[in-house]
Amino acid sequence: MFATLAYDLSHMTGAMVLLAGFAVLYQRRLLGVLRAFACQAVAVAVAAAWQAYSQEAPHLYVTAAIALLLKGIAAPVALDRIVRRLDIHRTVETAVGIGATMLAGVGLVVLAVLLVLPVTISSAALTRETLAVALSVVLIGFLIMITRRNAITQVVGFMSLENGLVLAAVGVKGMPLVVEMSVAFSLLIAFILFGIFFFRIRELFDTLDLQSIESFRGERR
Amino acid sequence: MLTLTLLGLLFLLILGIAAPFLRPERLALRAVHGGVGGFALAFGIAASVRVVAGGEVTELELPLGLPWMGAHFRLDDLAAFFMAAINLATAMVMVFADGYAARQPEPARALAPLPVFLAACNLVLLANDAFVFVLAWELMSIASWLLVLANHRDGACRHAAYVYLVMASLSVLLLLLAFGALAGAGGDYRFAALREATERPALATLAVVLAMLGAGSKAGLAPLHVWLPLAHPAAPSHVSALLSGVMVKVAIYGLTRFLFDLAGAPSWWWGVALIVVGASSALLGILYALMQRDLKRLLAYSTIENVGIIAFALGLSLSFRANELFDLSALALAAALAHVLNHAFFKSLLFCGAGVILEATRLRDIEHMGGLVRRMPYTSLFMLMGALAAAGLPPLNGFVSKWLVFQSVFASSSLTDNLPRLVVPLMGAVLALAAALSAAGFVRAFGLTFLGRPRSEAAAKAVEPGGAMPTGLALLAGICLLLGVVPVLGLALAESAAHGVIGVALPVGAVGGIFLAPLGTGGAAYAGLLVFLVVLGLALGTRALLGRLWPERRRRAAAWDCGFPDPSPATQYTASGFSQPLRRVFATSVFRARETVDMPPPGDERPARLEVRLVDPAWDWGVEPLRRAVEAVTLGLNALQFLSIRRYLSLMFGALVVLLLVVAAQQ
Repeated sequence: MFATLAYDLSHMTGAMVLLAGFAVLYQRRLLGVLRAFACQAVAVAVAAAWQAYSQEAPHLYVTAAIALLLKGIAAPVALDRIVRRLDIHRTVETAVGIGATMLAGVGLVVLAVLLVLPVTISSAALTRETLAVALSVVLIGFLIMITRRNAITQVVGFMSLENGLVLAAVGVKGMPLVVEMSVAFSLLIAFILFGIFFFRIRELFDTLDLQSIESFRGERR
Repeated sequence: MLTLTLLGLLFLLILGIAAPFLRPERLALRAVHGGVGGFALAFGIAASVRVVAGGEVTELELPLGLPWMGAHFRLDDLAAFFMAAINLATAMVMVFADGYAARQPEPARALAPLPVFLAACNLVLLANDAFVFVLAWELMSIASWLLVLANHRDGACRHAAYVYLVMASLSVLLLLLAFGALAGAGGDYRFAALREATERPALATLAVVLAMLGAGSKAGLAPLHVWLPLAHPAAPSHVSALLSGVMVKVAIYGLTRFLFDLAGAPSWWWGVALIVVGASSALLGILYALMQRDLKRLLAYSTIENVGIIAFALGLSLSFRANELFDLSALALAAALAHVLNHAFFKSLLFCGAGVILEATRLRDIEHMGGLVRRMPYTSLFMLMGALAAAGLPPLNGFVSKWLVFQSVFASSSLTDNLPRLVVPLMGAVLALAAALSAAGFVRAFGLTFLGRPRSEAAAKAVEPGGAMPTGLALLAGICLLLGVVPVLGLALAESAAHGVIGVALPVGAVGGIFLAPLGTGGAAYAGLLVFLVVLGLALGTRALLGRLWPERRRRAAAWDCGFPDPSPATQYTASGFSQPLRRVFATSVFRARETVDMPPPGDERPARLEVRLVDPAWDWGVEPLRRAVEAVTLGLNALQFLSIRRYLSLMFGALVVLLLVVAAQQ
C-alpha cells in the first residue's frame, strides 16, 4: 500500500516540477517567469521532502530546505528586486516563438522518456521514471536558456536546469548529501556572479537584453 | 635478452636527458656518440646472433603505461632482424659522427635527441601492443624532428622540419586509426589479440589501407614521400644517414609487422597495391634523383627508390602468400629484408660521404664539384663503393638483393590469381627500368662529383679530413663489400627472419656454399666471391700487362684543347647536361619538365642561360589540394570563434540532443 503511494506521490511531485518548467516556458512577462520558477523550486523541495520521508533518508530534508529557501524564496525575490530596481522592460524577449518552444519542449520530453526507459531497463521502476522526468526538466531548462534573450531568463533557465539535476539526485537511493550540497553552492555562487554581471551590464548598456551586447561586439544577429 | 635490451634502452633515454648537462662540449659529444654507438653495436651483434641461432620468442609484460593494459614487449625473428640491421648501421654511423659532429656549427643541439631516437627506434621493434608501438613511433618522429632541426638557423631547414612534422603526425594518426579499425569495438590492443581479431571484412580492409598509408608515408612511399627529400638533406649528414638508413627501415618494419603478422591472411589486392606503389615509387624516386643537383637531396630521392624496391618485394611476397606459395613468399620476403639490410649500410655510407664532401668543400651542388678524386682519394674510393652498391652492380651488396628481387619476379608465373599474374611482370619491367636509371643516376653523381677537373675554387682546394670520419666510411664500405662478396652472410639473417614470419625455409641451395641459388639448384645462381675475384683478377692482370707492355708508367701531356689555350672547367660535361636526354624522355610528362633557353642577341655579351623547371606531381596533385582543403575548412570553422553566448549554448544543446537521439535510435 505504502509502496504504491510512495510511487504515485513521487511521480506527482516530479510531474509538478516538469509542469512548472513548461509554465516558465510559457510566460510572456518577466515577473511571471520568476513566479513560475519559484513554483518549480517549491515543487522540487516538496519532491525532495517526500523522497526524504519515503526513503527514510533525513539528509534529503536538508536538500529540500536548501531548494525551498534558496531557489524557492531567495532567488526569485532577489531577481524580482533586480527587475524592479533596474526598471527592466517587463516583456520576455523571445528568440523563438512561444508556441514553437512549447512544441520543442514536448518533443524533448518524448525524447527523454524514449531514451531513459529502455536504457535503464534493469533499474527499479521508481528510479527510471523519475530519471526520465528529471532529464526532461534538464532539457527544458536548457531550452529556456537558448530561446530567451534576456539575461534574467537565462539565469532562470540555468537554475531550472539545476532543479532537474536535484530531482534526479533525490530520486536515486544513496546519493550522498555532499553532492547535492556542492551543486547547491555552485548554483549560489553562479547566482551571485550573475547578479554582479547584471549590474555591470546594466551600467554599461542600459539594458539586460543580450542582443544589444551582441550588437556592441559587432556581430550579426 | 629482451630484459637486457630494455634496460639498455632505458640507459639510452637517461643518456639523452643527461646529454645537455654534460660539460665541456667535447666530452658530451664523445659520451653521446660513444654511448649510442656502443649500445647500438651491442644490440646489433646480440640481435644478429639471435637471428642466426634462431632463439625462442621472448615476451615481457611491464606494469607501465595504461593501468588496465600494461606495456607488452616481444622479441621475435622479424624484430631481431630489424634490430640487427638498424643498430649495426647506427654503430658505424656513430664512428663517423664522432669526427663529423664536432665540426658542425651547433653540435650540442643534436646530442639530446640522438640517444632518444635510437631508443625509440628499438622500442618500435620490440613493442607487442598497439599502445607501446604508437608511443614509440611518435617518440621516434619527435626525436628525429629535433635532429632535423639541428640547423635551425636556416629557414629552409625549418620549413623542411615543419613539413616533416606535419607528415609524421599524419602518419601516426593513420596508424592509430588502423589499429583502432583492427581491434574493433572489443578494444584489446595487445598484438596477440589483434592477430586473433576477426572483424568484419570492411573494417579489416580499412585497417590495411590505413596502415599502408601510415607506415608508407613514414617510409617515403609515393605519393606520400614529399617530406623525405626535404627533411633528409636538411639535417646534418650523420643524422641524414640515420634517417635514411635507420628510421625508414623502422617504418618498413611497421608495414611488415602489420601486413604479415597482425592483419591475418592476406587478400590478393594487398600485394598488388604494394607492388604498384613500390614500383612507381622506385621509378619516380630515381627519375627525380637524376634531375637533382644537390648531392644530399639526390641521395634522399634515391632512398625513395630503394624503399620502393623493398615495398615491391614485400608486395610480391604477400601475393605469393595469398596464393599459398609459401617458399616463394619466403624468398621474396628474404629479398626485401636483404635489401633493407643492404640499403641501411650503403645509404648510410653515401650520406656520410656526402657529409665529408660538404665539410671539405662547403658545397652541395654537384655542378660546382669535380676533380675531388685527386684531392680526396679515400673518400672517393668509399663513395665509389657506395655508388656501385646503390646502382646495384656486382660485386657489392646492392646487387645481391636487387638480383633476388628480380629472381622472385621471374617466379611470378606460378601465381594463380590473374591480376597479380598480369601486374607483377609489368611492374617488374618498371622496376628494371628504375634499376637501370639508378645506375645512370649514380654514374652521374659520382662522375660529376669526383672526376674531371674542379668546377669551382672550393672544389679545387678541398682537403680530405682525417680521423674518425674516414674510419666510419671505411667501416661502412667494408660491410658493403663483405655483404656483396659473401652474400650468404646477409641472406642468412634475412632468410632466418623470413623463415620466422612465413614459417617455411628457403630451398637448400639458397643459402650455403659460395653459390646463391634461390630457386633451387636448377635456377640461376650467383657467387659474389667468384665475381669479386674475377673482377679483381682482371683488373690486376690488365694493370700488370700494361706495365709489362709499356714500362713507362705514366705520361703527362697537354690535352687537346680545341685551339683554346686556357679552357675553362665549365666546358666539361655538366650534371644537367648529363641527365638531359633522360629528362626529355621521361620527365617531360611526369614532372612537367620545361626548358627555357635565354639566348642573348648577337653583340650582347651576357651569357646564354638554360633554365629547367620541374614540378613534383606529389606536391601539385597530392599535398597542395589537401592543404587548400584543410585551409578552407579551418577558415570556415573560424567563424565559430565569434558567436554569441546564446548561439554557443544552442550548439551545445543541439549536440546534446543529437547524441541523445543517436542513443535512443540504437535501442
